[in-house]
Amino acid sequence: MPLKRVIPCLDVDAGRVVKGTNFVGLRDAGDPVELAERYDAEGADELVFLDITASHERRETIVELARRTADNVFIPFTIGGGIGSVADAQAVLDAGADKVSVNSAALARPELLTELADQFGSQCVVIAIDAKRDVDEEPPTSSPTCAAPAGWFGGTWGVYVKGGRERVPGRDAVAWAREAVERGAGEVLLTSMDRDGTNDGYDLELTRAVADAVPVPVIASGGAGELAHLSAAIAEGGADAVLCASIFHYGQHTVAEAKARLAADGIEVRR
Amino acid sequence: MSDAARIVVLDYGMGNLRSVEKALEHVGARAAIGADPDEVRAADGLILPGVGAFPRAMERIRATGLDELIAERAAAGTPVLGICLGLQLLFERSEELGGATGLGLLSGAVTRLDAPGLKVPNIGWAPVRWERESRLVEGIPSETPFYLVHSFVARPCGDGPRDEDVLGTAEYGERFVCAAERDNVFGVQFHPEKSSAAGLRLLANFAGICAKAPAAA
Repeated sequence: MPLKRVIPCLDVDAGRVVKGTNFVGLRDAGDPVELAERYDAEGADELVFLDITASHERRETIVELARRTADNVFIPFTIGGGIGSVADAQAVLDAGADKVSVNSAALARPELLTELADQFGSQCVVIAIDAKRDVDEEPPTSSPTCAAPAGWFGGTWGVYVKGGRERVPGRDAVAWAREAVERGAGEVLLTSMDRDGTNDGYDLELTRAVADAVPVPVIASGGAGELAHLSAAIAEGGADAVLCASIFHYGQHTVAEAKARLAADGIEVRR
Repeated sequence: MSDAARIVVLDYGMGNLRSVEKALEHVGARAAIGADPDEVRAADGLILPGVGAFPRAMERIRATGLDELIAERAAAGTPVLGICLGLQLLFERSEELGGATGLGLLSGAVTRLDAPGLKVPNIGWAPVRWERESRLVEGIPSETPFYLVHSFVARPCGDGPRDEDVLGTAEYGERFVCAAERDNVFGVQFHPEKSSAAGLRLLANFAGICAKAPAAA
């Protein structure tokens, strides 16, 4: 079996890392390539760059980012954000990226996944899903002698776009993951919008539901606040890889520490 | 670095060559992407990369005349390193997509990975066991993980088993050959240009082999 992976994620705006970092020894903590080199040296298995540039120069900025990364970093990396066509994907793959991640463009036009897979192979195509628990359901019972368990939300998740602000009508996260894989995605990058930024740990139930539903690797994302969360996402959630941002960016833990913890918890990783 | 090895990454219109080129430069080699016969003949070493399907790749290699050029340089003693599909192309044939004939620099065939119940393609980091010593893997401990993306594997054999061609193996449903070597012809199923420090070390070793190889005729 392939080793379980630890994947630092870098949010990039106009070529600069957005989330703050407090690494010592970096000339410029805002440079994504410099940070990527640092993570490679620490033992990161892959990298994900999510471009959040709003301007129309976006495609040029992500191609330039892919090129500079490929020039300096020798582990696989994925670029997401602004990939809306085969031509967009071709440009970043030619520049040296290994995979592209698509999110809202695939929701708007699911055939895109098949077009990308036909052109580049499923191993190049990551479907990114931003999921959030549905909370508008009634609890299972209103009987006064048998109250609904605290925190009961029902086991379904909606699909969101625009950073979690907008629900996509009629889309269920687990069903969408299954459909996206059937259409050609070779990997699922699954972010819990409920947990993202909370440090409370990954949504294990969501991760497990999607991991059980698709025959391709699932990357758990959103909520990692301590190293035990990484092990739980893999051991309990069934994830093949864990994505982390702030836990590494703010210097709380190194990738090497994350690997050591996973290994100590009996999970096989690259050391 | 005037005596740095000059390595040509062979371009036949398939796959991402840039990462290989940059990784070679990173370890001090002089790398170029191309297929020009004069440039290829002047090179100290050749890398045959490749992503995609075997039959299509061979079609393109033949269309550009690279098949004869690679055979000529290999016979002249120039070190050749196949990467991923490039390793598979060094063998005699593949069963992929109805089958095709390969370059035949190594004996054996390429068949689908035998991994019942597992996801294919096999994607990710896997520990690679060295089955013998080689200058190519000097300084890299056995069971060091490398990055792989593949559905097919090369099965070295020929006039009797050519086990001596097997340099490295890894496990995925079966123990499969992921590195091969015969004289000056090398192949790796994994991607050294995406395998961090271990991969760079392998490419540095290859550049070292190229620098010491007999001067191009």
